[in-house]
Amino acid sequence: MNVISYVLIIIGSVFYAAGGLGLMRMPDLYTRAQAGTKATTLGTMLTLGGVIAARPEWTLKILLIMLFIVATNPVGSTTLLRAAYRSGVQPKEVSGVDDLAAYYKKEDGE
Amino acid sequence: MIFQIVFFTLLGLGIIFAIVRIIAGPTVFDRVVSLDMLNIIITGLLAVIAALKGSALYLDIALVYAVLAFLETIVFARFMEERK
Repeated sequence: MNVISYVLIIIGSVFYAAGGLGLMRMPDLYTRAQAGTKATTLGTMLTLGGVIAARPEWTLKILLIMLFIVATNPVGSTTLLRAAYRSGVQPKEVSGVDDLAAYYKKEDGE
Repeated sequence: MIFQIVFFTLLGLGIIFAIVRIIAGPTVFDRVVSLDMLNIIITGLLAVIAALKGSALYLDIALVYAVLAFLETIVFARFMEERK
């Protein structure tokens, strides 16, 4: 463990705590999921980068974990939120934007 | 030692916030979103434990945990979408 890995891992864990704070404080489901997913994806990237800096001999395996998380975390979040929207969970007025409303109204009309 | 205290404090803060949201979430989707975040945090935690203990075995556990967390999120999403 060297200084670079310490700094990267601590910054990554700050992003974990910030993501948890966003999960607590955001007003509705969609903003909450954005805070939780984006902040923790970046935090995981920084943390795993710190592990690479600490142990360079594990680079390949950690790159595999990084690739997997970058590929799957947004996909899982998108699928979950689309299911939520189709099940009728509405975003709050505070968010201001509801671009999917016209699309799904048109789909229901057909 | 200071590094471990700071790291586990920040990470525990994230885990506590996620668990509070799991308990208090208004809809079931809030619970699944915070469960997803909890899984990602635990993946990073396993990688750091591997670096601290010097054992590459934990990295395999982290990889399998990430795969299972993704599958769990997808299965929950499809299941909740069906029962409209």
